This record gives sequence, C-alpha cells and structure tokens, in this order.
Amino acid sequence: MTTAVLDRVRKVPGSRERAGDRLFRLVIAGFAGIILLAAVALAWQLARESAETWRTFGLTFLWTSDWDPVADVFGALPFLYGTAVSSFLALLIAVPLGVGAAVFLTELAPKRLAEVLMFAIELLAAVPSVILGLMGIFLLVPAMRAAGSPYGVGMLTAGLILAFMILPYITTITREVLLTVPRPLKEAMYALGATRWEVVRGVSLPYARPGIVGAVFLSLGRALGETMAVTMVIGNTPQIKASLLEPGYSMAAVIANELAEAASDAHLSALVAIGLTLMAVTIVVNGAARLMLYRLGRAK
Amino acid sequence: MDMMRPMPLPEMKEGPATNDASAAVAISVRDLRAGYGAAPVLKGVNLEIREKTVTAIIGPSGCGKSTLIRCLNRMHEAIPGATCDGEILLGGRNALEIDPVLLRREVGMVFQRPNPFPTMTIAQNVAAGLVLNGVRDRAAIAETVEKSLRRAALWDEVKDKLDAPGVGLSGGQQQRLCIARALAVEPRVLLLDEPCSALDPIATGRIEELLIQIKDQLTVVIVTHNMQQAARVSEYTVFMLMGEMVEYGLTRKMFTQPADKRTEDYITGRFG
Ligand SMILES: Nc1ncnc2c1ncn2[C@@H]1O[C@H](COP(=O)(O)OP(=O)(O)OP(=O)(O)O)[C@@H](O)[C@H]1O
Ligand SMILES: [Mg+2]
Repeated sequence: MTTAVLDRVRKVPGSRERAGDRLFRLVIAGFAGIILLAAVALAWQLARESAETWRTFGLTFLWTSDWDPVADVFGALPFLYGTAVSSFLALLIAVPLGVGAAVFLTELAPKRLAEVLMFAIELLAAVPSVILGLMGIFLLVPAMRAAGSPYGVGMLTAGLILAFMILPYITTITREVLLTVPRPLKEAMYALGATRWEVVRGVSLPYARPGIVGAVFLSLGRALGETMAVTMVIGNTPQIKASLLEPGYSMAAVIANELAEAASDAHLSALVAIGLTLMAVTIVVNGAARLMLYRLGRAK
Repeated sequence: MDMMRPMPLPEMKEGPATNDASAAVAISVRDLRAGYGAAPVLKGVNLEIREKTVTAIIGPSGCGKSTLIRCLNRMHEAIPGATCDGEILLGGRNALEIDPVLLRREVGMVFQRPNPFPTMTIAQNVAAGLVLNGVRDRAAIAETVEKSLRRAALWDEVKDKLDAPGVGLSGGQQQRLCIARALAVEPRVLLLDEPCSALDPIATGRIEELLIQIKDQLTVVIVTHNMQQAARVSEYTVFMLMGEMVEYGLTRKMFTQPADKRTEDYITGRFG
C-alpha cells in the first residue's frame, strides 16, 4: 500500500513537472543557441566583409602603418598601437589605485564610510561613456594643456579617461575577493606580530591575487573595446609617436569615425577587418578573465 | 566531549615544579575584565603564570578560556566591539599598554584549527615571522626554519619537501607547522587554544610530547577540553567557570585533591 501511495505521489505531479521542466529547458537552450548563433554569424559576416582587405594585404595589414583611404592603402598598426597603449596606460593607473582603494575600503575604512564609498563607486560604473568623454573634453583636456601638453588630447588623456572608467570594476571585484580572505589566516599573521599593512601584503593580497588578475583582464577587455570616451579625447590621428602627449587613434575610434563616410569598398573592408581583429582580441581577453574568475570560484 | 560520564582521574606523573612558588612569574594577570560589546565575559581574573612551565586552562564551553588566552596577546581586541581592561604584567610592563605588534612578537599563538598560509611553502610558513622582523639573510632563515621544525617535531617528515605548499600536509602536520611558525620568532610565551581538537590521538600525542620538550625554553599556556591532556602536559592548571577563575594550582594537586567543590565536579565529569 505504501508503495502505491509513494508511486502516486512520485508519478502524477512528477511527470507533469518533468514535462514542464523539459519545455522550459528547451526554450532556454533555444535562447542560448540563438545568442551563440548570432555571435558566430557576426564573426562570419565580419570575415566576409573584410575578405577583400585580407586578400589584398594579408597579415601585413596588421603591422603596416600607412592609412590612406584616398590611395586605398591600409595598415592598421597605428590603431592597434593606440588601443594597446591607451588600455595599458589605463591599467597602469587604475590597477594600483583600484587595489589600494579596495584595501582601504575593506581593511581601514569604518563600515559606514565604506558602504557610502562603495555606493558612489558603483554609481561611477553606471555613468555612460559619452558623459565621461564630455568630462574629458571639458575638464581633462584643459587640465592637460595647462600642465604643458601641446594638444590636450592624446594617448595619455585617453589612458586617464579609460582608467577612470575601469577603476570601479577593479575596486569592486578586488574588494569582493578581499572580503573572502578567511579570518583565521589574518589572525595567524597578526599573532606573529604583523601590522595591518603586513597582513594585507603577506596574507590578504596573495590570497586575493587570482581574483585581482581576473579583474584586471575583465577591465582590459572593457578598455580595449571602449569607443566613445576614447574617440572624444585621443586626438584621432593615425600615427605612432613615442610621446604619450601626442594624439593617436584606436581601433574602435576609427571604426566609429570612418565607417559612415567610407568612400570605397576597400576602405569599408579595411574598417571591418579592424573590427574583426578587435573582436578577436576582446574575446580572448574576456575569455581569459572569465576562466580565471571561474577557476577562483571553483577553488573556494 | 564526554563530560556527562564520570571519568577516572588521570594518572599523575612527577613534575619538576613541586611547590607553588618555586618558579618565577612570567605573566601576572590582575583584575582582568573583558567582553564583547556590553556583555562581560571575564569578570576580574587574577592569575600568575609561572615561567617555563605548561599551564593548562580548563573549564566548560563558553566560560571564557579563549577570551582569556586571547587577551594575553591582545588578539581579543581585533574583534570589533571587544573590550578589555585590567592589568597583564609581562616582563615588568603592562601588556595592555604596549604596542600590540611588539607584544605579539613575544607572545606567540597557535589556534584551534591549523591555519598555515595557503600561498606559502612549508619553509615560507615557518619563516613568515622572521621576514616580518626584517631578517633577510637566507642562511640564517634556513637555519631557523630547520631549528623550529625540529622543535616542533616536524623536521624529519618535511625536510625533503620544504618547498611544497604548507596546506598539502596532514592536519596534525599542519598544526605542528603552525607551532614551528610560532616558535621561529623565539617567543617568551606560547599560547595554544585547543590545538588538538581537530586532530586524531596520534597527532595529539605528538603535540603533547613536543610541548613537554619545549617548556624548558619558554612558557606555555594551553586551553584544553581534554582533562587527560591537561594532566599529561601541564604542571599548573587553571579552572574557569562563567568568566571567573575558580581554582588555580599544581595540576597534580588539582586533579587529586581539588580545593573547590565545583572543580571536583567538573574534573570528575559530574558537571552540568
Ligand atoms: N566574537 C564574539 N562576539 C560576541 N560574543 C562572543 C564572541 N566570542 C565569544 N563570545 C562569548 O563569550 C563567551 C566566552 O567565549 P569563549 O570563546 O572565551 O569561551 P571558551 O571558554 O573558549 O569556550 P569553548 O570551550 O567553547 O571554546 C561566550 O559566552 C561566547 O558566547
Ligand atoms: Mg574557546
């Protein structure tokens, strides 16, 4: 008798639930499939539209620096260089600042203050990049000029804006990992006669390192692809100059600026080729970041 | 913890200290009051811990043993809202008034759960305190690492894998690693808060042996729930109850002829 009851309990609502489950899973899988399909289709479309460029220039497209739409000569190096240098500058500035801020917020700041500051930092992450670009034009560019930069706009200015933009990511993620450092580990270090700073350096930061590296890669992915704010302050000049105060150009910026006015098919194709390259780079960087954060999550 | 069942009084060994006043005082606790927020936990504890002996602190769960021991190296005040006042005299100074960082270099601590630093190797774990003290000489560090691991009775087991991660050891080995780490900075006092509660009897035995060996060189204070352990390793025992020190004296005497009825009830397992 008991088995019969159990069977009924198990079967009747169970099978209906399972049918619902299956449908739900199918719908979700369908959506996920569409997203994946869209990404593949995008890559394929980009490859097709840029085929002419790859045929004409081959991979030398990526390491020559003549960009002359009138003569139909295209080399993407200045844009690759501009994207790499501005993003690298941004990391150089934002990583120490962001990690420092996270340490301050977790280890030193009183709880109330830390909460208020975290709220402000999270708001900062929500500011549209065009607004950051405006801020760059109205505040940063004049300030750079006042500080002796010949143009105001340029590689360093772009790096600074990007740094400002990724700072919230680095701070938030680093703080989250620092909060997971087990208390007994910190106590062990304190009990050896360590100062607060020595505990941060000897225990907390090493423990949090994989998470911080993940945050850095995530931010790098963001900085590499950032278009609006960079376009507004980088100077938009396809050149490679040693000075960081000189104007430059980035991959995303040149696509945004020239795509609408591309006069020839060759020009259009070259811009799409830059787009494809940018997509590949950001996918690799973001993939690396996700992988690292995922591994961290599993290790805990 | 089988506190409900009366247990046989542990057999006593002859300890070196036979008289209450025979050893010099290492730590003198006077009217120590401590708590968390408004709740008092220690209600005026007075205690004189003798130099180069093992003193055991026993008492039922929640009576304030951990709180007391954590006051001795001022880890107590790392807890938000924790309060502590009174006097803890150590080498002529009030420990509550000196820089806690300096105090902790003289008063080492081993915790209930082994907590080696996960990002460090075995050798680095032991050397952590030396590095804090600014020692950079590799040879001196290697020498101290070996010496400390020997004192912690771990050297033979790890001498071939000093560069392996500390968290790769067994629980008992990790706890001895933590003892080595604490010993490496040559503290004058070593505090242990239930160091064997996460370990099996063999690992526990190893640690008890090493405590008996190192007490020639430093003062050991150990919190334990295990009465046999207190009897095996300590010369003096402190019995605490609800934040007060009920009885303090030679372990031998306390376990055979306790002066206080409550002590007798506790050590014979009639407590509660
Ligand atoms: N972090 C804390 N915050 C608030 N109260 C605490 C805290 N730690 C301990 N207490 C309280 O202080 C009292 C004494 O705790 P303590 O840890 O010193 O006891 P104990 O004798 O070590 O017990 P056990 O044998 O279980 O380890 C307990 O009533 C406990 O609830
Ligand atoms: Mg305790």
